[in-house]
Amino acid sequence: MSMENHGHHDHHEAHHDHHEHHEESFITKYVFSQDHKMIARQFLITATVMAVIGMLMSIIFRLQLAWPGEKFGFINWMLGDKWGKDGILDSNMYLALVTIHGTIMVFFLLTGGLSGTFSNLLIPYQIGARDMASGFMNMLSYWFFFVSSFILVASCYVEDGPASSGWTVYPPLSALPQAMPGSGLGTTLWLVSMTLFVVSALLGGLNYIITVLNLRTEGMSMRRLPLTIWAFLVTAVLGLLSFPVLVGAVVLLIMDRSLGTSFYLSDIYIGGQALHYTGGSPVLYQHLFWFLGHPEVYIIILPALGIASEVIAVNSRKPIFGYKAMVGSILTIGFLSFIVWGHHMFVTGMNPFLGSIFVFTTLLIAIPSAVKAFNYITTLWQGNIRFTPGMLFAIGLVSTFVSGGVTGIILADSTLDIPLHDTYFVVAHFHIVMGLSAVLGMFAGVYHWFPKMFLRMMNKKLGYLHFWLTFVCAYGVFFPQHFLGLAGVPRRYYTNTEFPLFDNLGDMNVMITWFAIVGALAQVLFLFNFFYSIFRGDRAPDNPWNSNTLEWTNGVGHNHGNWIGKLPVVHRWAYDYSKPGKEHDFVPQTVPLEDGEKDGGVTDDHH
Amino acid sequence: MKFLVYIAIALVITAVLYIARILELSAALRGEKQWVVNKRDTKLNARLMLIYFFAFMAFVAWQFYEYVPLMLPVAASDIGAEIDWLMNVNMVLIMIIFVLTNAVLFYFAYKYAQSDERKARFYPDNHKLELLWTVVPGIVLAVIIVFGISTWTKITTMPEKDYILIELYPKQFDWTARYAGDDNKLGHAEYKKITDLNPLGVDSVDQASWDDFLIRNEFHIPKGKTVLFQFRSRDVIHSAYFPHFRQQMNCVPGMNTSLYFAATITTDSMRMITGNKEYNYILLCNKICGASHYAMQMNIIVDEPADYEKWYNEKKNTTIFAMTKPVEQAPKEEKPMVTDSTKTDTTNHSGEKKPN
Ligand code: HEM
Ligand SMILES: [Cu+2]
Ligand SMILES: [Cu+2]
Repeated sequence: MSMENHGHHDHHEAHHDHHEHHEESFITKYVFSQDHKMIARQFLITATVMAVIGMLMSIIFRLQLAWPGEKFGFINWMLGDKWGKDGILDSNMYLALVTIHGTIMVFFLLTGGLSGTFSNLLIPYQIGARDMASGFMNMLSYWFFFVSSFILVASCYVEDGPASSGWTVYPPLSALPQAMPGSGLGTTLWLVSMTLFVVSALLGGLNYIITVLNLRTEGMSMRRLPLTIWAFLVTAVLGLLSFPVLVGAVVLLIMDRSLGTSFYLSDIYIGGQALHYTGGSPVLYQHLFWFLGHPEVYIIILPALGIASEVIAVNSRKPIFGYKAMVGSILTIGFLSFIVWGHHMFVTGMNPFLGSIFVFTTLLIAIPSAVKAFNYITTLWQGNIRFTPGMLFAIGLVSTFVSGGVTGIILADSTLDIPLHDTYFVVAHFHIVMGLSAVLGMFAGVYHWFPKMFLRMMNKKLGYLHFWLTFVCAYGVFFPQHFLGLAGVPRRYYTNTEFPLFDNLGDMNVMITWFAIVGALAQVLFLFNFFYSIFRGDRAPDNPWNSNTLEWTNGVGHNHGNWIGKLPVVHRWAYDYSKPGKEHDFVPQTVPLEDGEKDGGVTDDHH
Repeated sequence: MKFLVYIAIALVITAVLYIARILELSAALRGEKQWVVNKRDTKLNARLMLIYFFAFMAFVAWQFYEYVPLMLPVAASDIGAEIDWLMNVNMVLIMIIFVLTNAVLFYFAYKYAQSDERKARFYPDNHKLELLWTVVPGIVLAVIIVFGISTWTKITTMPEKDYILIELYPKQFDWTARYAGDDNKLGHAEYKKITDLNPLGVDSVDQASWDDFLIRNEFHIPKGKTVLFQFRSRDVIHSAYFPHFRQQMNCVPGMNTSLYFAATITTDSMRMITGNKEYNYILLCNKICGASHYAMQMNIIVDEPADYEKWYNEKKNTTIFAMTKPVEQAPKEEKPMVTDSTKTDTTNHSGEKKPN
């Protein structure tokens, strides 16, 4: 394989020379670009726009939860009389908003946006490749993502509103327009959008895998890959294996909806008539959905953890603790994530024995997760921590990953899940462990690699303010939701004032909403810093954080082919920080090993 | 009020932008790079790490203090008591992990903040340590799994006898309870038989259905007796959620599901416990099912067995029957509504020979 490897490189270099002769046009450079760096930025900007939309939606439904029945003029202004009469959010629209918010955050921000940005930016850079294996597929991946984002947003403007049956779109609710208005055209568009999204994810994922396996530069063995790349690689494999199942689920749902088949539907009487469907099972959909859905949550968190590994090691000026164990836990998590999906279905009437099996596998996954958390913490131990904004966000990620992970242990215990399933306890769990961790990880990545993306630096003070406000509000919003769940409050309720049981929880909802509003405002700081720095930030030096990885070895500037002249040659792993006997506290991967020096963190003066 | 909020938001945004600008200008004036982490930044953030930890823990403690009294009252069923016990044990456990891990994390972040006097320690791994935190969580989880699964098996094994059978039938957006009557058997029912007067689609040919009767809005169960609930669904998935009894089961169209529990505290006693004379047990829908999902509920009254008996006998004779009995079976003193439904039913019965 290594022979082929070289062959490919030579070819690539020739190809690269050939290209330099003609200037690229605006269209091929900025729009239909095949360059991984440009595509990364396209993903990032698109995802940012989607995130802003998703966040605004969350503010609207938080207002409704805090002050049900209160009139907000701008809600009427934004949603019109149909959905926001007198400034009061309509209950169908409430469900539409939570659905689209969830879809945007899970798929468009934290799957497409996170992997699309950082896998694209970092895989070629950190393995020393000129670009992705297929620039063309990569370009298609972005454009499928763009079109699917567009369709999803457009679906909010159809007459009966967008899909409203929750981001999991369980049939029969999502299958029958009679059941809720959003299940008409809105859901059709949702399904189309998701299908295109999966195409994008598959094109991207295939590319990431092939690139990592085939285009590593000389000396970059798998054992020397930075953990970022390991994480992106396993993420891509998970996506490749699980997303097709989602397409399968979606196609069957489309057939039930449009062609009258009965995959998921049976024995339904609605709108005054008995429907013809027989023999289908709504639970089948849930099996298929969560077969993707659970790996999907790891597709979201693994890249964030990969980013954290890198950012924490660089800024602690220490090797990541337990590199091999980290790789091992990424692989274990990847494997286990395929056999735990049933923990979302403990109360569907699934065979209780099967439930027990899922309890067992799910709790197993807590072990590699714990190993990762402890290894991050040990990496900080006796480090020399430099608080860049990126580092702050990475530390925040470790905290939320732990705080959200422990409640997973409760939910994985089917017995304890019975009273908590579908309550705000679950909402708290997954927002903290996945939502917050991945968002914090994504911010860490943006602050850390901004110089590689935009050749300038972001302002640290704004970064600090952004981090601390975000971090305070993050727990402020989601920690109290555990208590809502323990008080029995179901999720996806338009209001909790319909009966007296939850009357005493009103204050809590008000507090949560205030945290959400301040947290959202804090993001304005980020957006300002981001766009301002693109144009006016300090110019980035070659290697601002004194890192070891390859992306900092090619000088400032974006050049087609990444390295002018020869590709770098790798001589050591990525984590030689503060290695005894070295002049500097970092040793880039391109520096040859000295006589007798061992690689991979093996030291002779150990103990 | 609203207007004020807008102004406040606008002000905050402007203020933030101004601060940003000032920060930037002042840094530029001092000739500092806007991204290099200096000693002041290190000190500030290191302290904030520690302060944050204590503030966070104080916030969590405050929430326990404020919110625990607002939680659901003591479990009102046999199963609920077991779940609560297990829940408390697990909660204590995860709270310990949560506090300790966060404490160590923030403390290290504070303690090992950058300093010129130190060099970071090159510490790439330690197999003993890693083994430790693979094995210890493993053991803890093994214990959790054993307790969890044994309780789970117990509470999901349906009782064979000595229970009261009730069907809870959901549709958008309400519940109907069908009591199995004196034979404690629910008559066959299916969606194709649903009419306005036979909302559950009960099959009148099935004798077991003849004594079934329907209850809406509020239903009763006795204390100390196992009640087995069966579920179907008329339209979309709903979920029968009994927060006070710590039980839940989805109601899926085309499927039969069930759960059981024995109530241990009567509604009256619970009103004493909560100090609220109006307090009610409630059945909620806990699976998104459409626009009025949030309003789909039913009160549950737990009676002393004797009171339940009284209530049951009264309802048995006065409420509408679930099904529509064949004409010859209908008692003469039946209420008009039932008579009406009998009529509809007679028509249905023209094809009686071939029950589908
Ligand atoms: C210690 C490890 C974890 C365990 C044992 C665990 C367990 C569970 C269980 C049992 C549920 C289902 C709860 C219910 O619906 O009643 C759940 C929900 C969820 N978990 Fe976790 N989890 C863990 C970590 C994670 C991680 C790392 C992520 C994401 C990165 C995650 C994301 C989610 C999401 C998104 C849901 C809710 C999906 C929905 O219903 O909308 N979990 N978790
Ligand atoms: Cu899961
Ligand atoms: Cu419902």
